[in-house]
Amino acid sequence: MSERRPKDLEAVAGNGLLHRRLFLQGGAAVLGAGSLGLMTAAPAKDLPPWMRAPGRPLSGYGGRSPYEDHVRRRILAATGADGAGGSWTPLEALEGMITPNPLHFERHHSGIPDIDPDRHRLLIHGMVDRDLFFDMEALSRYPMVSRIQFIECSGNSYLAGLPRRPINETCGFLHGLVSCSEWTGVPLSILLDEAGVDPAASWIMAEGADAAAMNRSVPLAKAMDDALLAVYQNGERLRPEQGYPLRLFLPGYEGNMSIKWLRRIKVTAAPSMTREETSKYTDLLPDGRSLIFSYPMDVKSVITSPSPGLVLKGPGLYQISGMAWSGAGRIARVEVSADGGATWGKAALCEPVLDKAVTRFRMAWRWNGAETVILSRAVDETGAVQPTREAIVAAKGRKFAYHYNGIQAWGIDSEGQVANVYA
Amino acid sequence: MRSLTAVAVAALAAVVLAQEGPELGVEATPEQVSEWEISIEPDGEGLPPGSGTALEGEPVYTLYCFSCHGTEGQGLLNDVLVGGHGTLDGPAPLKTVGSFWPYATTVFDYVRRTMPYQEPQSLSDDQVYALTAYLLFLNGIVGEDEAMNARTLPEVRMPNRDNFILAWPPPEEQSGE
Repeated sequence: MSERRPKDLEAVAGNGLLHRRLFLQGGAAVLGAGSLGLMTAAPAKDLPPWMRAPGRPLSGYGGRSPYEDHVRRRILAATGADGAGGSWTPLEALEGMITPNPLHFERHHSGIPDIDPDRHRLLIHGMVDRDLFFDMEALSRYPMVSRIQFIECSGNSYLAGLPRRPINETCGFLHGLVSCSEWTGVPLSILLDEAGVDPAASWIMAEGADAAAMNRSVPLAKAMDDALLAVYQNGERLRPEQGYPLRLFLPGYEGNMSIKWLRRIKVTAAPSMTREETSKYTDLLPDGRSLIFSYPMDVKSVITSPSPGLVLKGPGLYQISGMAWSGAGRIARVEVSADGGATWGKAALCEPVLDKAVTRFRMAWRWNGAETVILSRAVDETGAVQPTREAIVAAKGRKFAYHYNGIQAWGIDSEGQVANVYA
Repeated sequence: MRSLTAVAVAALAAVVLAQEGPELGVEATPEQVSEWEISIEPDGEGLPPGSGTALEGEPVYTLYCFSCHGTEGQGLLNDVLVGGHGTLDGPAPLKTVGSFWPYATTVFDYVRRTMPYQEPQSLSDDQVYALTAYLLFLNGIVGEDEAMNARTLPEVRMPNRDNFILAWPPPEEQSGE
Protein backbone atom coordinates (compact mmCIF):
# COMPACT_ATOMS: atom_id res chain seq x y z
CA MET A 1 0.00 0.00 0.00
CA SER A 2 2.68 2.48 0.97
CA GLU A 3 4.25 2.06 -2.47
CA ARG A 4 1.15 3.32 -4.25
CA ARG A 5 1.55 6.54 -6.07
CA PRO A 6 -0.86 9.45 -6.05
CA LYS A 7 -2.13 8.57 -9.51
CA ASP A 8 -3.32 5.16 -8.28
CA LEU A 9 -5.60 6.68 -5.69
CA GLU A 10 -9.10 7.47 -6.77
CA ALA A 11 -10.08 11.10 -6.22
CA VAL A 12 -13.68 11.74 -5.16
CA ALA A 13 -13.58 15.52 -4.88
CA GLY A 14 -11.24 18.40 -5.48
CA ASN A 15 -7.92 19.21 -3.81
CA GLY A 16 -6.84 15.69 -2.85
CA LEU A 17 -9.89 14.05 -1.27
CA LEU A 18 -9.54 10.32 -1.88
CA HIS A 19 -11.92 7.41 -2.08
CA ARG A 20 -12.89 6.03 1.30
CA ARG A 21 -11.73 2.51 0.22
CA LEU A 22 -8.27 3.66 1.14
CA PHE A 23 -9.25 3.68 4.78
CA LEU A 24 -11.65 0.79 4.73
CA GLN A 25 -9.08 -1.59 3.21
CA GLY A 26 -5.61 -0.17 3.31
CA GLY A 27 -5.16 1.30 6.76
CA ALA A 28 -4.54 -1.91 8.69
CA ALA A 29 -2.00 -3.27 6.20
CA VAL A 30 0.10 -0.12 6.40
CA LEU A 31 0.12 -0.19 10.21
CA GLY A 32 0.94 -3.92 10.37
CA ALA A 33 3.94 -3.71 8.09
CA GLY A 34 5.34 -0.73 9.95
CA SER A 35 5.27 -2.19 13.47
CA LEU A 36 6.69 -5.56 12.38
CA GLY A 37 9.71 -3.87 10.83
CA LEU A 38 10.41 -1.92 13.99
CA MET A 39 10.34 -5.01 16.20
CA THR A 40 12.72 -7.14 14.17
CA ALA A 41 15.15 -4.33 13.49
CA ALA A 42 15.72 -3.27 17.12
CA PRO A 43 19.16 -4.35 18.42
CA ALA A 44 19.35 -5.49 22.07
CA LYS A 45 21.50 -2.57 23.19
CA ASP A 46 18.74 -0.19 22.21
CA LEU A 47 16.26 -1.77 24.67
CA PRO A 48 14.09 1.00 26.08
CA PRO A 49 14.12 1.45 29.88
CA TRP A 50 10.61 0.00 30.27
CA MET A 51 11.89 -3.33 28.96
CA ARG A 52 14.86 -3.57 31.33
CA ALA A 53 12.86 -3.86 34.58
CA PRO A 54 9.34 -4.91 35.61
CA GLY A 55 6.72 -2.22 35.39
CA ARG A 56 4.25 -0.94 37.95
CA PRO A 57 2.13 -3.37 40.01
CA LEU A 58 -1.53 -4.17 39.42
CA SER A 59 -4.10 -1.60 40.47
CA GLY A 60 -7.69 -1.71 41.67
CA TYR A 61 -8.79 1.15 39.48
CA GLY A 62 -6.99 2.00 36.28
CA GLY A 63 -5.32 5.24 35.39
CA ARG A 64 -4.01 6.55 32.10
CA SER A 65 -0.49 6.95 30.82
CA PRO A 66 1.34 9.90 32.37
CA TYR A 67 2.11 10.93 28.80
CA GLU A 68 -1.61 11.56 28.28
CA ASP A 69 -2.00 13.75 31.34
CA HIS A 70 -2.30 16.87 29.21
CA VAL A 71 -5.57 15.62 27.68
CA ARG A 72 -7.98 17.47 29.91
CA ARG A 73 -11.29 19.27 29.90
CA ARG A 74 -11.18 23.04 29.56
CA ILE A 75 -12.94 24.75 32.46
CA LEU A 76 -14.87 28.01 32.57
CA ALA A 77 -16.43 28.72 35.96
CA ALA A 78 -18.53 31.64 37.14
CA THR A 79 -16.61 34.23 39.16
CA GLY A 80 -17.33 33.84 42.84
CA ALA A 81 -19.18 30.58 42.25
CA ASP A 82 -16.61 27.88 41.47
CA GLY A 83 -19.18 25.13 41.08
CA ALA A 84 -21.20 26.97 38.45
CA GLY A 85 -19.93 26.76 34.90
CA GLY A 86 -18.85 24.24 32.32
CA SER A 87 -15.99 22.10 31.14
CA TRP A 88 -15.41 21.16 27.51
CA THR A 89 -14.45 17.71 26.16
CA PRO A 90 -11.07 17.87 24.30
CA LEU A 91 -12.53 16.47 21.06
CA GLU A 92 -9.30 17.01 19.12
CA ALA A 93 -7.49 14.47 21.35
CA LEU A 94 -10.12 11.72 21.13
CA GLU A 95 -11.21 9.15 18.55
CA GLY A 96 -14.09 6.77 17.96
CA MET A 97 -17.63 7.41 19.18
CA ILE A 98 -17.44 6.97 22.97
CA THR A 99 -16.30 9.73 25.32
CA PRO A 100 -14.18 8.50 28.24
CA ASN A 101 -16.08 9.14 31.49
CA PRO A 102 -13.45 11.47 33.03
CA LEU A 103 -13.54 13.63 29.89
CA HIS A 104 -17.34 13.87 29.49
CA PHE A 105 -18.30 17.54 29.30
CA GLU A 106 -19.81 19.18 32.38
CA ARG A 107 -22.30 21.93 33.00
CA HIS A 108 -23.30 22.59 36.60
CA HIS A 109 -25.34 25.34 38.18
CA SER A 110 -24.27 24.95 41.80
CA GLY A 111 -21.41 22.46 41.99
CA ILE A 112 -21.25 18.67 42.12
CA PRO A 113 -22.99 17.11 45.13
CA ASP A 114 -21.52 14.03 46.80
CA ILE A 115 -24.71 12.06 47.25
CA ASP A 116 -24.89 9.03 49.53
CA PRO A 117 -26.78 6.51 47.36
CA ASP A 118 -28.28 4.86 50.44
CA ARG A 119 -29.96 8.14 51.34
CA HIS A 120 -31.07 9.08 47.84
CA ARG A 121 -34.70 8.67 46.79
CA LEU A 122 -36.77 9.62 43.77
CA LEU A 123 -40.27 10.97 44.41
CA ILE A 124 -42.89 10.76 41.65
CA HIS A 125 -46.00 12.78 42.48
CA GLY A 126 -48.53 15.26 41.15
CA MET A 127 -51.14 14.12 38.63
CA VAL A 128 -50.74 10.42 39.43
CA ASP A 129 -52.89 7.83 41.19
CA ARG A 130 -50.24 7.20 43.84
CA ASP A 131 -47.31 9.37 44.98
CA LEU A 132 -44.33 7.02 45.12
CA PHE A 133 -40.78 6.98 46.49
CA PHE A 134 -38.10 4.81 44.87
CA ASP A 135 -34.72 4.21 46.48
CA MET A 136 -31.63 3.08 44.59
CA GLU A 137 -31.91 -0.51 45.79
CA ALA A 138 -35.47 -0.72 44.50
CA LEU A 139 -34.48 0.81 41.16
CA SER A 140 -31.72 -1.79 40.74
CA ARG A 141 -34.43 -4.46 40.46
CA TYR A 142 -36.29 -2.79 37.59
CA PRO A 143 -35.69 -3.86 33.98
CA MET A 144 -32.88 -1.82 32.49
CA VAL A 145 -31.91 -0.96 28.94
CA SER A 146 -28.57 0.17 27.51
CA ARG A 147 -28.21 2.71 24.73
CA ILE A 148 -25.24 4.47 23.17
CA GLN A 149 -26.35 8.07 22.76
CA PHE A 150 -24.92 11.55 22.80
CA ILE A 151 -25.78 14.39 25.11
CA GLU A 152 -25.12 17.96 24.03
CA CYS A 153 -25.48 21.26 25.82
CA SER A 154 -27.68 23.48 23.69
CA GLY A 155 -25.06 26.23 24.08
CA ASN A 156 -22.50 24.02 22.33
CA SER A 157 -20.73 25.51 19.27
CA TYR A 158 -21.99 29.01 20.08
CA LEU A 159 -18.36 30.16 20.30
CA ALA A 160 -17.57 28.58 16.93
CA GLY A 161 -19.96 30.58 14.82
CA LEU A 162 -21.81 33.40 16.55
CA PRO A 163 -19.12 35.89 17.63
CA ARG A 164 -18.63 38.71 15.13
CA ARG A 165 -15.14 37.46 14.21
CA PRO A 166 -13.97 33.85 14.38
CA ILE A 167 -12.41 32.91 17.72
CA ASN A 168 -9.29 30.88 17.20
CA GLU A 169 -9.59 28.07 19.72
CA THR A 170 -9.31 24.30 19.80
CA CYS A 171 -12.03 22.09 18.38
CA GLY A 172 -12.81 20.90 21.93
CA PHE A 173 -13.32 24.41 23.25
CA LEU A 174 -15.46 25.40 20.27
CA HIS A 175 -17.57 22.21 20.07
CA GLY A 176 -16.79 20.10 23.17
CA LEU A 177 -20.07 20.47 25.03
CA VAL A 178 -21.08 17.18 23.45
CA SER A 179 -20.17 13.68 24.63
CA CYS A 180 -21.36 10.18 23.81
CA SER A 181 -21.69 7.26 26.22
CA GLU A 182 -23.44 3.99 26.74
CA TRP A 183 -26.18 4.84 29.24
CA THR A 184 -27.87 2.08 31.21
CA GLY A 185 -30.96 2.57 33.30
CA VAL A 186 -34.68 2.12 33.84
CA PRO A 187 -37.16 3.44 31.26
CA LEU A 188 -39.05 6.25 33.00
CA SER A 189 -42.32 5.00 31.48
CA ILE A 190 -42.24 1.93 33.74
CA LEU A 191 -42.21 4.06 36.89
CA LEU A 192 -44.80 6.49 35.55
CA ASP A 193 -47.07 3.55 34.71
CA GLU A 194 -46.62 2.22 38.24
CA ALA A 195 -47.63 5.60 39.69
CA GLY A 196 -50.59 5.80 37.27
CA VAL A 197 -50.56 8.99 35.21
CA ASP A 198 -53.75 11.07 35.06
CA PRO A 199 -54.99 11.19 31.43
CA ALA A 200 -55.27 15.00 31.75
CA ALA A 201 -51.51 15.35 32.39
CA SER A 202 -49.24 16.59 29.59
CA TRP A 203 -45.93 17.46 31.25
CA ILE A 204 -43.50 16.45 33.97
CA MET A 205 -41.21 18.66 36.02
CA ALA A 206 -37.87 17.04 36.85
CA GLU A 207 -35.71 18.34 39.71
CA GLY A 208 -32.15 17.59 40.82
CA ALA A 209 -30.70 17.13 44.30
CA ASP A 210 -27.89 19.63 43.74
CA ALA A 211 -27.72 22.90 45.66
CA ALA A 212 -29.45 24.66 42.75
CA ALA A 213 -32.32 22.12 42.85
CA MET A 214 -32.06 22.59 39.08
CA ASN A 215 -35.33 21.81 37.34
CA ARG A 216 -36.90 21.62 33.90
CA SER A 217 -40.28 20.78 32.43
CA VAL A 218 -40.39 17.90 29.95
CA PRO A 219 -43.31 16.96 27.68
CA LEU A 220 -45.01 13.83 29.03
CA ALA A 221 -44.86 12.37 25.51
CA LYS A 222 -41.05 12.39 25.68
CA ALA A 223 -41.07 11.02 29.24
CA MET A 224 -43.23 8.08 28.12
CA ASP A 225 -41.34 7.55 24.86
CA ASP A 226 -37.59 7.07 25.39
CA ALA A 227 -36.68 8.86 28.65
CA LEU A 228 -34.26 6.87 30.75
CA LEU A 229 -33.41 6.99 34.46
CA ALA A 230 -29.70 6.39 33.95
CA VAL A 231 -27.66 4.62 36.63
CA TYR A 232 -24.62 3.49 34.63
CA GLN A 233 -22.36 5.32 32.18
CA ASN A 234 -20.06 3.24 29.98
CA GLY A 235 -20.51 0.27 32.27
CA GLU A 236 -19.73 1.87 35.63
CA ARG A 237 -21.99 3.78 37.96
CA LEU A 238 -22.49 7.38 36.89
CA ARG A 239 -19.73 9.83 37.69
CA PRO A 240 -20.73 12.40 40.34
CA GLU A 241 -20.41 15.11 37.70
CA GLN A 242 -22.86 13.20 35.50
CA GLY A 243 -25.52 12.87 38.17
CA TYR A 244 -24.55 10.04 40.53
CA PRO A 245 -26.50 8.11 41.61
CA LEU A 246 -29.41 8.82 39.21
CA ARG A 247 -29.97 11.09 36.25
CA LEU A 248 -32.68 11.69 33.73
CA PHE A 249 -31.55 11.04 30.17
CA LEU A 250 -33.60 12.44 27.28
CA PRO A 251 -32.13 11.21 23.98
CA GLY A 252 -31.61 13.94 21.40
CA TYR A 253 -32.93 16.78 23.56
CA GLU A 254 -30.85 19.73 24.79
CA GLY A 255 -28.62 18.53 27.62
CA ASN A 256 -29.93 20.86 30.29
CA MET A 257 -33.19 18.89 30.40
CA SER A 258 -31.48 15.62 31.33
CA ILE A 259 -31.60 16.51 35.03
CA LYS A 260 -28.68 15.13 37.03
CA TRP A 261 -28.91 13.90 40.64
CA LEU A 262 -32.62 13.32 39.91
CA ARG A 263 -34.72 13.58 43.07
CA ARG A 264 -38.24 14.53 42.08
CA ILE A 265 -40.65 14.18 39.17
CA LYS A 266 -43.92 16.06 39.36
CA VAL A 267 -46.56 15.17 36.78
CA THR A 268 -48.40 18.31 35.67
CA ALA A 269 -50.93 19.64 33.18
CA ALA A 270 -48.73 22.52 31.96
CA PRO A 271 -45.04 23.44 31.92
CA SER A 272 -43.75 24.88 35.21
CA MET A 273 -41.95 27.77 33.47
CA THR A 274 -38.76 27.28 35.45
CA ARG A 275 -35.94 29.80 35.40
CA GLU A 276 -33.86 27.55 33.11
CA GLU A 277 -36.56 27.10 30.46
CA THR A 278 -37.66 30.74 30.39
CA SER A 279 -34.79 33.10 31.19
CA LYS A 280 -31.93 30.88 29.99
CA TYR A 281 -32.59 28.13 27.46
CA THR A 282 -34.67 30.23 25.05
CA ASP A 283 -33.49 31.58 21.71
CA LEU A 284 -33.64 35.35 21.14
CA LEU A 285 -34.55 36.24 17.56
CA PRO A 286 -33.66 39.45 15.68
CA ASP A 287 -37.16 40.93 16.23
CA GLY A 288 -36.83 40.66 20.03
CA ARG A 289 -39.11 37.66 20.40
CA SER A 290 -37.74 34.33 21.62
CA LEU A 291 -38.27 30.69 20.83
CA ILE A 292 -39.21 28.69 23.92
CA PHE A 293 -39.09 24.87 24.26
CA SER A 294 -36.69 24.33 21.36
CA TYR A 295 -35.73 20.85 22.48
CA PRO A 296 -34.12 18.59 19.82
CA MET A 297 -30.47 19.13 18.98
CA ASP A 298 -30.13 19.57 15.22
CA VAL A 299 -27.83 17.66 12.88
CA LYS A 300 -24.19 18.68 13.26
CA SER A 301 -20.68 17.57 12.37
CA VAL A 302 -17.15 18.77 12.96
CA ILE A 303 -13.73 17.67 11.75
CA THR A 304 -11.67 16.87 14.86
CA SER A 305 -8.47 16.13 12.96
CA PRO A 306 -6.95 18.19 11.51
CA SER A 307 -8.21 21.00 13.72
CA PRO A 308 -6.68 24.04 15.46
CA GLY A 309 -3.57 23.13 17.45
CA LEU A 310 -2.84 20.03 15.34
CA VAL A 311 -0.23 21.06 12.76
CA LEU A 312 0.10 19.34 9.37
CA LYS A 313 3.78 18.49 8.98
CA GLY A 314 4.30 18.93 5.27
CA PRO A 315 2.42 17.81 2.16
CA GLY A 316 1.33 14.20 1.92
CA LEU A 317 -1.34 11.73 2.94
CA TYR A 318 -3.51 12.56 5.98
CA GLN A 319 -6.63 11.17 7.55
CA ILE A 320 -9.50 13.56 8.02
CA SER A 321 -11.45 12.37 11.07
CA GLY A 322 -14.54 13.87 12.60
CA MET A 323 -17.79 13.30 14.40
CA ALA A 324 -21.42 13.76 13.40
CA TRP A 325 -24.64 13.51 15.39
CA SER A 326 -28.31 14.43 15.27
CA GLY A 327 -31.06 14.62 17.87
CA ALA A 328 -33.49 13.45 15.19
CA GLY A 329 -31.98 10.01 14.59
CA ARG A 330 -29.16 8.32 12.71
CA ILE A 331 -26.56 10.03 10.59
CA ALA A 332 -27.26 9.19 6.92
CA ARG A 333 -24.09 10.63 5.42
CA VAL A 334 -21.27 13.09 5.94
CA GLU A 335 -19.66 15.01 3.11
CA VAL A 336 -16.22 16.58 3.30
CA SER A 337 -14.73 19.36 1.23
CA ALA A 338 -11.03 20.21 1.00
CA ASP A 339 -11.44 23.13 -1.37
CA GLY A 340 -13.54 25.55 0.66
CA GLY A 341 -16.86 23.99 -0.32
CA ALA A 342 -16.41 23.98 -4.14
CA THR A 343 -16.58 20.17 -4.28
CA TRP A 344 -17.63 17.56 -1.73
CA GLY A 345 -16.84 13.86 -1.25
CA LYS A 346 -18.66 11.29 0.82
CA ALA A 347 -16.80 10.25 3.97
CA ALA A 348 -16.70 6.70 5.36
CA LEU A 349 -18.99 6.27 8.36
CA CYS A 350 -17.52 4.13 11.12
CA GLU A 351 -19.86 1.37 12.32
CA PRO A 352 -21.99 1.23 14.32
CA VAL A 353 -24.13 4.12 13.12
CA LEU A 354 -26.71 4.44 15.88
CA ASP A 355 -29.82 6.45 16.64
CA LYS A 356 -28.91 9.76 18.38
CA ALA A 357 -25.30 8.67 18.82
CA VAL A 358 -22.05 10.23 17.73
CA THR A 359 -20.94 8.72 14.42
CA ARG A 360 -17.25 8.81 13.54
CA PHE A 361 -16.43 9.67 9.94
CA ARG A 362 -13.11 9.41 8.17
CA MET A 363 -11.68 10.35 4.81
CA ALA A 364 -8.30 10.10 3.16
CA TRP A 365 -6.75 13.37 2.04
CA ARG A 366 -3.56 14.11 0.18
CA TRP A 367 -2.60 17.65 1.16
CA ASN A 368 -0.61 19.45 -1.53
CA GLY A 369 0.85 21.94 0.95
CA ALA A 370 -1.21 24.88 -0.31
CA GLU A 371 -3.48 27.08 1.75
CA THR A 372 -7.06 25.79 1.81
CA VAL A 373 -10.27 25.43 3.81
CA ILE A 374 -11.72 22.07 4.88
CA LEU A 375 -15.33 21.54 5.93
CA SER A 376 -17.75 18.77 6.85
CA ARG A 377 -21.51 18.64 6.33
CA ALA A 378 -23.79 16.05 7.93
CA VAL A 379 -27.19 14.79 6.79
CA ASP A 380 -29.43 12.77 9.12
CA GLU A 381 -31.96 10.05 8.33
CA THR A 382 -34.83 12.56 8.27
CA GLY A 383 -33.06 14.35 5.42
CA ALA A 384 -32.07 17.35 7.56
CA VAL A 385 -28.87 18.92 6.21
CA GLN A 386 -26.40 20.77 8.43
CA PRO A 387 -26.74 24.43 7.36
CA THR A 388 -24.04 26.96 6.64
CA ARG A 389 -23.18 29.62 9.18
CA GLU A 390 -24.30 32.21 6.67
CA ALA A 391 -27.78 30.68 6.36
CA ILE A 392 -28.23 30.49 10.15
CA VAL A 393 -27.14 34.08 10.73
CA ALA A 394 -29.44 35.25 7.90
CA ALA A 395 -32.40 33.43 9.44
CA LYS A 396 -31.82 33.84 13.18
CA GLY A 397 -29.26 36.62 13.62
CA ARG A 398 -26.38 36.33 16.09
CA LYS A 399 -28.10 37.25 19.35
CA PHE A 400 -29.17 33.74 20.31
CA ALA A 401 -26.80 31.42 22.13
CA TYR A 402 -28.36 27.98 21.83
CA HIS A 403 -28.87 25.40 19.07
CA TYR A 404 -26.19 26.68 16.71
CA ASN A 405 -25.26 23.90 14.26
CA GLY A 406 -23.51 25.66 11.38
CA ILE A 407 -20.93 23.99 9.15
CA GLN A 408 -17.46 24.38 10.69
CA ALA A 409 -14.71 25.58 8.38
CA TRP A 410 -11.05 25.07 9.29
CA GLY A 411 -8.55 27.22 7.41
CA ILE A 412 -5.18 25.59 6.75
CA ASP A 413 -2.21 27.79 5.88
CA SER A 414 0.87 26.79 3.91
CA GLU A 415 2.71 26.05 7.19
CA GLY A 416 0.06 23.50 8.07
CA GLN A 417 -1.44 25.60 10.88
CA VAL A 418 -5.20 25.15 11.32
CA ALA A 419 -7.58 27.92 12.39
CA ASN A 420 -11.29 28.56 12.85
CA VAL A 421 -12.51 30.61 9.87
CA TYR A 422 -15.90 31.80 8.67
CA ALA A 423 -16.36 30.51 5.14
CA MET B 1 -44.41 15.63 8.96
CA ARG B 2 -43.12 12.29 10.20
CA SER B 3 -43.08 9.52 7.66
CA LEU B 4 -45.24 6.46 8.19
CA THR B 5 -42.10 4.38 8.61
CA ALA B 6 -40.90 6.61 11.44
CA VAL B 7 -44.26 6.33 13.15
CA ALA B 8 -44.22 2.54 12.75
CA VAL B 9 -40.70 2.31 14.16
CA ALA B 10 -41.69 4.49 17.11
CA ALA B 11 -44.71 2.28 17.80
CA LEU B 12 -42.53 -0.83 17.69
CA ALA B 13 -40.05 0.74 20.12
CA ALA B 14 -42.88 1.54 22.49
CA VAL B 15 -44.06 -2.07 22.40
CA VAL B 16 -40.54 -3.35 23.09
CA LEU B 17 -40.13 -0.96 26.01
CA ALA B 18 -43.49 -1.74 27.59
CA GLN B 19 -41.99 -3.90 30.27
CA GLU B 20 -43.33 -4.65 33.70
CA GLY B 21 -41.52 -3.50 36.78
CA PRO B 22 -41.43 -5.21 40.19
CA GLU B 23 -43.64 -2.43 41.64
CA LEU B 24 -41.36 -1.48 44.50
CA GLY B 25 -42.47 2.15 44.81
CA VAL B 26 -43.30 3.11 48.41
CA GLU B 27 -46.35 5.28 48.83
CA ALA B 28 -45.49 8.81 49.99
CA THR B 29 -47.71 10.49 52.59
CA PRO B 30 -49.20 13.93 51.80
CA GLU B 31 -46.92 15.37 54.53
CA GLN B 32 -43.83 13.92 52.85
CA VAL B 33 -44.91 15.22 49.45
CA SER B 34 -45.52 18.73 50.78
CA GLU B 35 -42.09 18.71 52.42
CA TRP B 36 -40.45 17.81 49.09
CA GLU B 37 -42.64 20.01 46.89
CA ILE B 38 -40.93 23.35 46.36
CA SER B 39 -42.02 24.29 42.84
CA ILE B 40 -44.22 27.24 42.06
CA GLU B 41 -46.36 26.98 38.94
CA PRO B 42 -47.04 30.03 36.73
CA ASP B 43 -50.67 30.12 37.91
CA GLY B 44 -49.41 30.51 41.48
CA GLU B 45 -49.96 26.91 42.56
CA GLY B 46 -47.49 26.10 45.32
CA LEU B 47 -47.05 29.66 46.59
CA PRO B 48 -46.84 29.51 50.39
CA PRO B 49 -48.48 31.80 52.95
CA GLY B 50 -46.54 34.96 53.70
CA SER B 51 -45.97 38.37 52.18
CA GLY B 52 -43.33 41.01 51.48
CA THR B 53 -42.83 44.45 49.92
CA ALA B 54 -39.91 46.04 48.10
CA LEU B 55 -39.24 48.24 51.13
CA GLU B 56 -38.89 45.11 53.23
CA GLY B 57 -36.85 43.41 50.52
CA GLU B 58 -34.14 46.05 50.18
CA PRO B 59 -32.25 45.19 53.42
CA VAL B 60 -32.57 41.46 52.62
CA TYR B 61 -31.07 42.12 49.19
CA THR B 62 -28.21 44.13 50.71
CA LEU B 63 -27.43 41.29 53.09
CA TYR B 64 -27.57 38.35 50.68
CA CYS B 65 -27.48 39.43 47.04
CA PHE B 66 -25.55 42.63 46.30
CA SER B 67 -22.05 41.09 46.45
CA CYS B 68 -22.81 39.07 43.30
CA HIS B 69 -25.55 41.13 41.61
CA GLY B 70 -24.54 44.75 42.42
CA THR B 71 -26.07 47.24 44.81
CA GLU B 72 -29.28 47.59 42.81
CA GLY B 73 -29.31 44.54 40.58
CA GLN B 74 -27.05 46.05 37.92
CA GLY B 75 -24.85 42.93 38.00
CA LEU B 76 -21.39 42.43 39.45
CA LEU B 77 -19.83 38.97 39.51
CA ASN B 78 -23.03 37.43 38.23
CA ASP B 79 -26.25 38.11 36.35
CA VAL B 80 -27.69 41.55 35.76
CA LEU B 81 -31.17 41.54 37.31
CA VAL B 82 -32.44 45.01 36.49
CA GLY B 83 -32.88 47.11 33.35
CA GLY B 84 -32.55 46.23 29.68
CA HIS B 85 -36.11 47.26 28.87
CA GLY B 86 -36.57 47.81 25.14
CA THR B 87 -33.18 46.36 24.23
CA LEU B 88 -34.22 42.89 23.04
CA ASP B 89 -34.70 43.82 19.38
CA GLY B 90 -31.60 46.05 19.30
CA PRO B 91 -27.93 45.35 18.69
CA ALA B 92 -27.05 44.80 22.38
CA PRO B 93 -29.93 42.95 24.03
CA LEU B 94 -29.84 42.86 27.84
CA LYS B 95 -31.86 40.02 29.31
CA THR B 96 -32.83 40.72 32.92
CA VAL B 97 -35.66 39.75 35.26
CA GLY B 98 -37.45 42.90 34.15
CA SER B 99 -36.72 42.87 30.44
CA PHE B 100 -36.94 39.15 29.74
CA TRP B 101 -38.52 36.89 32.36
CA PRO B 102 -42.10 36.01 31.34
CA TYR B 103 -43.48 35.03 34.78
CA ALA B 104 -43.10 36.73 38.18
CA THR B 105 -43.80 33.39 39.90
CA THR B 106 -40.51 32.10 38.47
CA VAL B 107 -38.62 34.77 40.45
CA PHE B 108 -40.03 33.45 43.73
CA ASP B 109 -39.43 29.83 42.69
CA TYR B 110 -35.83 30.41 41.62
CA VAL B 111 -34.77 32.67 44.50
CA ARG B 112 -36.18 30.18 47.00
CA ARG B 113 -34.74 27.02 45.43
CA THR B 114 -31.29 28.26 44.40
CA MET B 115 -30.37 31.48 46.23
CA PRO B 116 -28.38 32.72 48.06
CA TYR B 117 -25.75 30.76 46.14
CA GLN B 118 -23.76 29.77 49.25
CA GLU B 119 -26.83 28.78 51.28
CA PRO B 120 -29.84 27.88 49.13
CA GLN B 121 -33.29 27.26 50.64
CA SER B 122 -32.25 29.13 53.80
CA LEU B 123 -34.49 32.21 53.45
CA SER B 124 -37.97 32.45 54.98
CA ASP B 125 -40.95 32.65 52.65
CA ASP B 126 -41.52 36.26 53.80
CA GLN B 127 -37.94 37.11 52.85
CA VAL B 128 -38.39 35.51 49.40
CA TYR B 129 -41.63 37.44 48.83
CA ALA B 130 -39.86 40.65 49.87
CA LEU B 131 -36.86 39.98 47.59
CA THR B 132 -39.19 39.18 44.70
CA ALA B 133 -41.07 42.44 45.33
CA TYR B 134 -37.77 44.37 45.47
CA LEU B 135 -36.54 42.96 42.13
CA LEU B 136 -39.90 43.73 40.51
CA PHE B 137 -39.82 47.25 41.99
CA LEU B 138 -36.26 47.92 40.74
CA ASN B 139 -37.53 46.96 37.29
CA GLY B 140 -40.46 49.37 37.55
CA ILE B 141 -43.06 46.60 37.53
CA VAL B 142 -44.59 46.98 41.03
CA GLY B 143 -44.74 49.79 43.58
CA GLU B 144 -42.40 50.21 46.52
CA ASP B 145 -45.00 49.23 49.13
CA GLU B 146 -47.00 46.79 47.02
CA ALA B 147 -47.21 43.49 48.91
CA MET B 148 -46.33 40.33 47.00
CA ASN B 149 -48.10 37.21 48.24
CA ALA B 150 -49.83 34.08 46.95
CA ARG B 151 -52.69 36.18 45.56
CA THR B 152 -50.87 39.18 44.07
CA LEU B 153 -47.73 37.59 42.61
CA PRO B 154 -49.44 35.45 39.89
CA GLU B 155 -51.33 38.60 38.81
CA VAL B 156 -48.15 40.53 38.04
CA ARG B 157 -47.88 40.96 34.28
CA MET B 158 -44.26 40.76 33.14
CA PRO B 159 -43.42 43.11 30.21
CA ASN B 160 -41.95 40.37 27.98
CA ARG B 161 -44.72 37.86 28.69
CA ASP B 162 -46.17 37.73 25.15
CA ASN B 163 -42.89 37.62 23.24
CA PHE B 164 -42.25 33.88 23.35
CA ILE B 165 -42.93 31.58 20.42
CA LEU B 166 -43.62 27.93 21.21
CA ALA B 167 -41.13 25.65 19.47
CA TRP B 168 -42.75 22.56 20.99
CA PRO B 169 -44.92 20.78 20.08
CA PRO B 170 -43.73 20.96 16.46
CA PRO B 171 -45.80 23.53 14.50
CA GLU B 172 -47.77 20.84 12.62
CA GLU B 173 -49.00 19.44 15.95
CA GLN B 174 -49.94 22.79 17.47
CA SER B 175 -53.20 23.37 15.59
CA GLY B 176 -56.31 23.29 17.72
CA GLU B 177 -54.44 23.96 20.96
